[in-house]
Amino acid sequence: MINYFNPNNTLKIINKIQKFVFALFIIVLLLGLVEALVLSPEDYKQSDSVRIMYVHVPSAWISLGIFSFISILSFGVFVFKNKNFSLITKSLAPSGFVFSIIALVTGSIWGKPTWGTWWAWDARITSMLLLSIFYLLFITSWKITTDTSKAEKVSSIIAIIGLINIPVIKFSVEWWNTLHQPASVKILEETTIHSSMLTPLAIMTAAFALFSLLIFLMKYNTELLKIKNKGLNRL
Amino acid sequence: MISELLNMNGYGVYVWSSFIFTLFSFSFLYTVVKLNLIKEKKKFEENYKSLDEKKLASVAKQTLPHLKFN
Repeated sequence: MINYFNPNNTLKIINKIQKFVFALFIIVLLLGLVEALVLSPEDYKQSDSVRIMYVHVPSAWISLGIFSFISILSFGVFVFKNKNFSLITKSLAPSGFVFSIIALVTGSIWGKPTWGTWWAWDARITSMLLLSIFYLLFITSWKITTDTSKAEKVSSIIAIIGLINIPVIKFSVEWWNTLHQPASVKILEETTIHSSMLTPLAIMTAAFALFSLLIFLMKYNTELLKIKNKGLNRL
Repeated sequence: MISELLNMNGYGVYVWSSFIFTLFSFSFLYTVVKLNLIKEKKKFEENYKSLDEKKLASVAKQTLPHLKFN
C-alpha cells in the first residue's frame, strides 16, 4: 500500500496529469465566475455583496482542509518515519497559506458593507488569522532550517500544534458570540442556502480545489527535482 | 447591462476587488511555483548533460535514496 506513495512512480504520473488539471481548472473557474458574477441571484438582505461568498467561503474551506491534511500527515512523519509524507506537506503548504490569506482579505472586504467594519477581533476571524500564522510558521521552518530532518520535525510539530486551532475555527461561531454568521452549508443537516447560490458555490469550490491540486503537483515535482539534483551533484 | 454588472447595486467596488484580489493571488502563486519548477528542471538538464557515460549508467540505475522508506 505504502509503495503507491513512492516518488519514483508519482513523478511520472505528476508530469502526465499536470496539464490536464490546468486545463480543467481554467474551464471550471470560467464556469464558476460566470455563475458567481452573472447568473446567480442577489441576496434579499445583502444584495450583490453576497457574491463575495463565492471566493471567501471556498478559500476558507480549502485552507482548513489542507491544514487538517498536513497535520494528519505530520503525525505520519513521526509514526511511520516516512519522508515522503513531509515532502507532501511541504508541497501543500503554499496553496493552503494563500487560500487562508484570500479568506481573510475577502472576509475583511465583505465585512465593510455588512458589519460596517474592515476588521473585528471576533473569535472566527482571529482563529482564521491564527491559521495563517501557523501556515507561515510551517513554511518558514522549511526556509530557515538547513538540516532537512530537523526541518521535518519542527514543521511537523507546528502542524500538530496547529491542529488544535481547526475545531476552534469550526465551532467558534457556536461557542462564542461572534459577528460572523453560523455555517449555512452543513454536512449532517439540511443546508440553508438556496440551490441557485449553492451551485456557483460548489463550482467555485471545485475550481479552487483544482488550483490547489495544480500547485501541489508543481511544487511536489520541484521538490523531487531538487532531490535528484542533489543526487547528481554527489556523483 | 455592463454598468449594472460593474456597479452591482453599489457593491461593485467590494465584489470586484475581492475577485480581483483572489485571481491576482492565484496568478502570483502560480508564477512563483512555475518559475521555481523551470529553474530546477534547467538545473537538472545541465547537471545531466555534464555527466560522462560511466556516471550516466549509474544514474539510470538510481532511485531517490533520500526517500527510501524505513
